[in-house]
Amino acid sequence: MTTPTFSPSSSSVQLPAPAPLLTRTGWTAFIFALIVVCAVAPLLNLWVPASSPLHLSDYAVALLGKIMCYAICALAMDLIWGYTGILSLGHGLFFALGGYVMGMYLMRQIGRDGNYQSDLPDFMVFLDWKELPWHWALSDSFIATLVLIVAVPGLVAFVFGYFAFRSRIKGVYFSIITQAMTYAAMLLFFRNETGFGGNNGFTDFKRILGQPIATPTMRMLLFVLTGLTLLGFFLLGRWLVRSKFGRVLQAVRDAETRVMFSGYSPLPYKLTIWTISAMMCGVAGALYVPQVGIINPGEMSAANSIEIAVWAAVGGRATLIGPIVGAFLVNGAKSWLTVTAPEFWLYFLGALFIAVTLFLPNGVVGLLRRSKKEAKAAAAAAAPTTAAVDANTESLRKEEGAA
Amino acid sequence: MTPDLMEEGVRRVGAAQAPADAAGQTESGGRAAGFSRVAVPGEVDVAHGRILYLEDVHVSFDGFKAINGLNLDIAPGELRCIIGPNGAGKTTMMDIITGKTRPDRGTVFFGSTIDLLRHNEPQIAALGIGRKFQKPTVFEQLTVFENLELALKTHKGVASSMFFKLNSAQKDRLADVLRTIHLAHQPARPAGELSHGQKQWLEIGMLLMQDPKLLLLDEPVAGMTDDETARTAELFLSLKGKHSLMVVEHDMSFIRTISEKVTVLCDGAVLAEGTLDEVQGDERVIEVYLGR
Repeated sequence: MTTPTFSPSSSSVQLPAPAPLLTRTGWTAFIFALIVVCAVAPLLNLWVPASSPLHLSDYAVALLGKIMCYAICALAMDLIWGYTGILSLGHGLFFALGGYVMGMYLMRQIGRDGNYQSDLPDFMVFLDWKELPWHWALSDSFIATLVLIVAVPGLVAFVFGYFAFRSRIKGVYFSIITQAMTYAAMLLFFRNETGFGGNNGFTDFKRILGQPIATPTMRMLLFVLTGLTLLGFFLLGRWLVRSKFGRVLQAVRDAETRVMFSGYSPLPYKLTIWTISAMMCGVAGALYVPQVGIINPGEMSAANSIEIAVWAAVGGRATLIGPIVGAFLVNGAKSWLTVTAPEFWLYFLGALFIAVTLFLPNGVVGLLRRSKKEAKAAAAAAAPTTAAVDANTESLRKEEGAA
Repeated sequence: MTPDLMEEGVRRVGAAQAPADAAGQTESGGRAAGFSRVAVPGEVDVAHGRILYLEDVHVSFDGFKAINGLNLDIAPGELRCIIGPNGAGKTTMMDIITGKTRPDRGTVFFGSTIDLLRHNEPQIAALGIGRKFQKPTVFEQLTVFENLELALKTHKGVASSMFFKLNSAQKDRLADVLRTIHLAHQPARPAGELSHGQKQWLEIGMLLMQDPKLLLLDEPVAGMTDDETARTAELFLSLKGKHSLMVVEHDMSFIRTISEKVTVLCDGAVLAEGTLDEVQGDERVIEVYLGR
């Protein structure tokens, strides 16, 4: 069709250019983060002597590694909640599923070094089982484990998502169902007969790929791997949300009927991002287990899934960098508070969530962006004070990093 | 029989058929609508001279009969205005055509071959029916440009969206539509910041990007300034002929500018049909509008 152009204007229309994957500042911050993860952290931990103030303690490495796993979850949550508007309270399940797959492999790596010197994992000997259950068949192979880490959460999410989205379940109903699904899975994993170690789960890991797991080098290796995964997922997320696919997701969030009447079927879009999000959580769980050395059904508790949503909300939904910042802020506060005032942690978490919902609908990153915008406006309005404002915006830009 | 008589006979038969052949088709499609015509799946067959055809459609919500034996048909290229008091079933009718509401019974055909009751909303949109809502519905967080880009007629699957890039023909089309809806100077503006009238225009622009064969427009000039209304009328008149349009409006002066045929709905059925003057002179129409 030739569009009717009455009152034709001869001037050509300037169409906005597609946004780059990352801006220049974004790439600088990204490379900086890459160097910190791959070079600075290992150097400070392994080569700087413990007496030096620059030394990065093993405790800090373990903590940061753990938080980076959480940050991956928050990022995954942002894709489904921030960008698509679907609040999942079941991401703890996908995290735990990835963790359990990894845990099964690590249990098999123990070999005959367990308490009972048996070929079978200790808990099976304890239950008087004579052979491996069928679902442990692939647990000896590292390659199969790598595949299952994404395949199991992905498949569970796909099947669940297909039926939920096909029935057009939305909003709070969807959240409640995901929560129920997680709870049901937790009860299932608590049982001894399902073959996942009951309420003790898996622990006492000895080796990974034949190498001892509790050495500083291995810990550092896992740390670097987690950091690289986080950065890689960040880029993947950026690529997804700045493609037309990402814009359709935001359109689904803002006006789903209009999306349908524009000829898009929302189901495959929701299902794709939901499954990708679940897979990312699975990977996070698999990286988490060897670092903390334990996985049990507690990871599937309701509170864990809700916490993931809190990280994303605190950092700032629909910003990608926000959830990562949120995961670091909240978990930093958690590890500090649970040491100094353990009884207040849950109150703090609840208060934080309420405060963010009421006062920071766009999270910390949203607040920074707004103040940056206001600073710019102020700078434009009042020229004399530019020096101070410039310094302010500069620091903000740094903090905002790759966003 | 002599040869000159035979020639004369052929000439007379030809002369008798000429008007029908010249018109290409009669009201019912003539020879072009014969059983031997080829039906292409997914393509709208308008050989019978009707692009939209509703017969004896009934819908009730909890006993309330929103649509009660509705019969309506629209010719290709026609601009049909629908008026009627509140609750007459105008929006429900659009819901049925676009697949949002399923009728209890009745027939809804797009062309002669496509049964709309067998398709869902995205499929119906892809078949070539575009719809503008009563309340302007645009993607507020996206820019004007991105709104139009999403509506563009193209493959709408997940994979093709992930790797989608505008080609130059599509860019030209986007620029064309941006000019048509008078938003060419601010393509990067978030749609949420637009005025009410501009949102209406953006939504109409999104319909144009879809390149639909039939446009359903629910109160397209509500909240527009007189100037904007006049430009909208101009736009609709330029679309007429190439597209079929169904316009629901309350603004009578707007209808007077654009309409040729007006249908009055009341209580879920057609009350009157004709030119605006005819229906305005109709006793029953005056009665439902001025109270009973």
